[in-house]
Amino acid sequence: MKPHSFEYLRPASIEETVACLARHSEDARIIAGGLSLVAMMNFRLVETKFLVDVANIKALNYIRVDADHIEVGAATTQAQLLAWPELASLSPLLAKGMPFIGHFQTRARGTVGGSIAHSDPSSELPLCLITLGGSVMLRSKAGSREVTAEDFQVGLMQTSRRPDEMVVAVRFPIRKKGAGYSFLEMAMRKGDLAICAVAAEVRDGSIRLGVGGVADKPAVREWKDLGDAALDEALNEFAWDLGGSDDVHATATFRRQLIRRLGRRAILEARECRN
Amino acid sequence: MSQLNNDGRSSVSFILNGNPVTGYAEPRMLLTDFLREEMGLTEIHVGCEHGVCGACTIRMDGLPARACLTFAIQAEGHRIDTVQSLAQPSGVLSDLQLAFRKHHALQCGYCTPGILMSSSAFLEINHDPSEEEVRDMLSGHLCRCTGYVGMVRAILEVARNRISA
Amino acid sequence: MKHEVHVGKHVGRPMERVEDAQLLAGQALFCGDMPERDGTLQAAILRSPHAHAEILSIDTSEALLQPGVEAILTGKEIKEDSDPFLIVLRQPMDQWSLATDRVRFVGEAVAVVVAKDRYLAEDALDYIKVVYKPLPIALHPLEAAKDGAPLVHPAVGSNVVSTRHFSYGEPDKAFAEADRVVELTIDYPRNSQTPLEGYVVLADYRREEQVYDVQSNFQGPFTVHPVMSKALRVKGPQLRMRSPAFSGGGFGVKQAMFPYVVLMCIASRRVGRPVKWVEDRLEHLTAAIAAPNRIIRGQAAVMNDGKVIGFRFEQLDDYGAYLRPPMPGPLYRQHGIMTGGYDVKHMTITNRLVMTNKTPSGMVRGFGGPQIYYAIERLMQTVAVELGMDHLDLIRKNLIPAGSFPYRAAAGALIDSGDYQMALEIATRDGKLDELKGRREKARAEGRLYGIGYAVVVEPAQSNMGYLSTINTVEERHKAGPKGGNVAYCTVNVDALGGVSLTADSLPQGQGHATVLSQIVADELGIEPHDIVCNMERDTQRDPWSIATGNYSSRFSSATAPAARLAARKIRAKMAKIAAHFLKVSPDKIDFSEGKIFAIEDPQKTLRFSRVAGTAHWSPGELPPDMEPGMCEIGVWSAPELEPPNDADQINTSLTYGFVFDYCGVEIDRDTGEVNIDRYVTMHDSGKLLNPLLADGQVYGGFAWGVGAALREEFVYGEDGSFLSGTFADYLCPTACEVPEPLILHMESPSPFTPLGAKGIAEGNVMSTPVCIANAVADATGIRDLRLPLTPAKVAALIQGQEPARPKGNQATPPMELSDRGIRGQGTAFVAAAPELVWQTLVDPDQLARVIPGCHKMELVGPGSYRAEMSLGVGIVRGRFEARVSLTDLNPPKSAVISGSLEGPLGSSSGSGNVRLVAVEGGTRISYDYGFDISGKVAAVGGRMLDGAARVLMSQFFQRLGSLTEGPGKISAAPPSWWQRLLKLLGIAR
Ligand code: FES
Ligand code: FES
Repeated sequence: MKPHSFEYLRPASIEETVACLARHSEDARIIAGGLSLVAMMNFRLVETKFLVDVANIKALNYIRVDADHIEVGAATTQAQLLAWPELASLSPLLAKGMPFIGHFQTRARGTVGGSIAHSDPSSELPLCLITLGGSVMLRSKAGSREVTAEDFQVGLMQTSRRPDEMVVAVRFPIRKKGAGYSFLEMAMRKGDLAICAVAAEVRDGSIRLGVGGVADKPAVREWKDLGDAALDEALNEFAWDLGGSDDVHATATFRRQLIRRLGRRAILEARECRN
Repeated sequence: MSQLNNDGRSSVSFILNGNPVTGYAEPRMLLTDFLREEMGLTEIHVGCEHGVCGACTIRMDGLPARACLTFAIQAEGHRIDTVQSLAQPSGVLSDLQLAFRKHHALQCGYCTPGILMSSSAFLEINHDPSEEEVRDMLSGHLCRCTGYVGMVRAILEVARNRISA
Repeated sequence: MKHEVHVGKHVGRPMERVEDAQLLAGQALFCGDMPERDGTLQAAILRSPHAHAEILSIDTSEALLQPGVEAILTGKEIKEDSDPFLIVLRQPMDQWSLATDRVRFVGEAVAVVVAKDRYLAEDALDYIKVVYKPLPIALHPLEAAKDGAPLVHPAVGSNVVSTRHFSYGEPDKAFAEADRVVELTIDYPRNSQTPLEGYVVLADYRREEQVYDVQSNFQGPFTVHPVMSKALRVKGPQLRMRSPAFSGGGFGVKQAMFPYVVLMCIASRRVGRPVKWVEDRLEHLTAAIAAPNRIIRGQAAVMNDGKVIGFRFEQLDDYGAYLRPPMPGPLYRQHGIMTGGYDVKHMTITNRLVMTNKTPSGMVRGFGGPQIYYAIERLMQTVAVELGMDHLDLIRKNLIPAGSFPYRAAAGALIDSGDYQMALEIATRDGKLDELKGRREKARAEGRLYGIGYAVVVEPAQSNMGYLSTINTVEERHKAGPKGGNVAYCTVNVDALGGVSLTADSLPQGQGHATVLSQIVADELGIEPHDIVCNMERDTQRDPWSIATGNYSSRFSSATAPAARLAARKIRAKMAKIAAHFLKVSPDKIDFSEGKIFAIEDPQKTLRFSRVAGTAHWSPGELPPDMEPGMCEIGVWSAPELEPPNDADQINTSLTYGFVFDYCGVEIDRDTGEVNIDRYVTMHDSGKLLNPLLADGQVYGGFAWGVGAALREEFVYGEDGSFLSGTFADYLCPTACEVPEPLILHMESPSPFTPLGAKGIAEGNVMSTPVCIANAVADATGIRDLRLPLTPAKVAALIQGQEPARPKGNQATPPMELSDRGIRGQGTAFVAAAPELVWQTLVDPDQLARVIPGCHKMELVGPGSYRAEMSLGVGIVRGRFEARVSLTDLNPPKSAVISGSLEGPLGSSSGSGNVRLVAVEGGTRISYDYGFDISGKVAAVGGRMLDGAARVLMSQFFQRLGSLTEGPGKISAAPPSWWQRLLKLLGIAR
């Protein structure tokens, strides 16, 4: 289990990075924490001509609060965000969801931008981002653009990032007034990728539920506040919409059941902690 | 921008267990292999090479890191610590190591250096952990021998002793 | 029989380990850390992506040209240089260290590259071209055992390669007289304890000496030494096997590495340099070993009062593709004790051994025990349910009575000692069973799912080396001569200054044997354990030779430990004699303490330990008359109770039998199906505990694996024989968050058959814990058929019933479910072009090449059949493949069948699909369905992504088809809407 060979580039800035992407395009892969990427490279599932290391670019490492969102630099580690003192008050959903990401050891290296860019359908951060209605900041030599989470992840580990673009930051909307949040996950072991994860945002008169681990990318539904029976129906509809598939760990049926049951739990819990 | 091409080995310098070192690696060389083969540090154990088992865990700038998911060149300019950094230079084992011995927290000992590195980093961040927090931290490691009981006891005891010291 | 209970100053105490300082400091040397000679080369192995295939050709020419490559070996070279491995059965099932003409499981070694470093060796693997012809497979044991099943070894004529019937007592009578017969069939899965360190082999052929010098982390190199030396065509001493003192876990698994030893020996001889191979995790999980999966149909003849008077067991044990010695050990190691902890006199056993296209089975901690106890204890729980009796009452009713030890079990085990009733009493009292029952009551009253499970296990230790001969008929055994015993060695050496060192035959894998040996020897010689240096390396050329040497079947406490005491006693006797000679007292009036040797009656008369030792070395002339000089003694031990099987097929399979009684409370989450262990109590009677700290360590470790086996661990195979558990993210070893701390209780009934009274303790929980948890789940749910591991999905399916129906009018694509043909899917797409145009694209190789994602080059190789090179992938994952595609059943422009196969370093795939074109307004509606198998690396490591990836590739295909037939202009005019519409049609976006 040793990787293929590649050339290694260590740009000193965002500008150098995008110049490098402009030159090498699809032949280049960005590495920050490397947790998903290097594992796949060791299995030789990923082959790349150029590896562009952005882990040390200071300009990618920050957490900033703007009017209605938290902007997190792409190379900020998951541990840094989780340890950020404002997190629980400004983003209860992230505070609840992030402990499910991997482990103490992997969060120390794994980055926020890396997880978003990798777009694993079972990852927690893309799920939180889409549930909150956040966005991804992309940069290329040609300029910057902001893409909503909804438009960013288009499928299984596929995003609308162009090969010459890099993820420079992720914007998580800050908690909405009067909203309650909950994040629940079923994984085979502590820290494993989700079999099914649900993220709920409940406000007066509305429910937003995101589901990860079931379809090829996380999915969100929004409902007007629903009564008990209607909620079950809505969750059932959502479950069947996503379908899910069988793998070695779980069946599609089980995943749909988790949407119904964990989804319900999460919504009730989020309702409870509205303020 | 620095660029290293794939066919040649280039020099890599970093601080290893407190001492500056320089070695040579081609870009794809994993830090596990580099530390074992170029630096002769056989305490770096490899159990999976895909980031799950934690046997290869080292500390990079004080934080735990999977050496098997890190390329040697990425260590350039950083501080890397292995289990050798725990004992005193005279060889006297640290409180954490002694507690592992006392509570029979190791059997084959293959997982142990990695677990010690995580635990030492963890205890610097969390001075007074609960058992649940210790177990949560340990979930980033696999041990096939011990059932984890001794480790949990050892880590909790060290935390308690450090507080009362 | 009189017991000698031996508690010394050190033995029996929870002493910290002498091994730990090195390990904690990171300074212990494991096999992979051993110094290598300059010029040592590294090996990488090419493995089969197919479960069963003929090898038509292997082309290594391009691979040989890759940088750093020194040699490549294939089956051809192996056949030239070696003979097939000996096997336990007389059946034509030849196997070599590389596949020769056929591969029989995914991961089977096909070629080995020897190169300057591992990176370069792996690079070259990608250039070896193997042409396979896939064959039908035998996968499920029951199917494979049927007539007409595809044969794994055609020369045998059947996949069932051994069948034996056994009858003890009067089973027919018992079953005729029983009030009822309770039956349960269990299907125990494949799993393994997967040590954290994989196999390591460093082979160095010394041409001038004609010796293969091998360092490896083999945990019992003597056991299969004859198999390896025979294969290499050398005399035993010409194969020198060395194992270092430290090993990163064994659990039996490191007995199965012998094919690699032979392979690296041949490689080293061919290249004239040392060759090293380090197994990686993917290789280990895929191809190292698994405990045999087993189907057991059990029946109990039961009286209405709960007394079980007879058992019948029909076992079908699955050994995978090859029968590697000492297989089929797991089927027979437990044979004498098939009645478990119960006093049941009548029993039949039918053992059948079946071969399938899976990784060969081998030794895994528990060695047949987890399988058989799963059957016995699930059956007993079922009996209790059927009788409406409390499970624990049923157990009590049937346990072997106290006071009847040594007890001869129906099939021949001579259970040395115990008091099972007392064990139950202590366990229920100290583990607070009543409180647990209260918790169950409360939980149930609140509508929660809560259950209590029990398990009784008799834990065998130190195998009778003759147990495997039970597989042969009485006549065959007579012909071959009796086999039994288990010889153990320990050497104690005292140097001229009184320094004590020892070597022993146990090859520890982390258990702390050096600590216990030093405790034993220290007690005998009146010195401190830390003053003794234990060298735990083994060397087949230098050390006393015993086939039993090594670490398995919990043989340490009952074999090596007694040998150590014998050796130490010999030293003691000799030193006492020398001291007596000097002190002018009788040798039996001499004692040893604190480094001194003195006259008991006059402690003033004292000699230093070192002085006495020195005399034996420096001044042999001063020794008492007739005494040999020197101070080195070997303790050799084999218990007389380990007799060969008798003519009634009774066999005392092990020397000692411990007792384990477990119970636990579990709660099942109704929503997630998770089984949460509320409390776990495990009671052990392992005779005299030599070091309670280490004994508990064995229990904790065994328990943790038991939890894994019960709830998470399984080697999963696809229906096409592909292996799906190739990573530690798929083979799920429990972490600290999944393993609770059990309450351990002990009692000590010393074994009368071992000098120290000790028995084994390392394997009990791997036998008791899986079934104890399953029994608790059965109690919670009332469900009888429980197959391990009890994963959340499985448990949820059992307790949740039918899921709510799809709402009316829900249009989503039907979900894809894994079915008998690997991955399947279907869908429709719309293309804004007439069917004729679409059809043309599909049948024109140039056009088709542009439509197939990642296709570089496509050439026509026959009518309607193409060869293509492609690089396929999803997201960042990408691999090179060679594809063969053919179009059949052409019905232009309406329908066609596309079928084909892919081969590449990431694996292989084959499948087919139907395409139908229908003209609709504005274009063509294409509907399609497909089914394909994927095998090899990508299936082993990327399982959870596979069908998602298939959908992505399908969508790319139709996107390209659309863009090609509709014309590029149109696409760029409105890409997002077009893209989205297509995705929607494909069911990918909505
Ligand atoms: S070897 Fe690095 S995590 Fe397993
Ligand atoms: S002590 Fe062996 S793996 Fe942890």
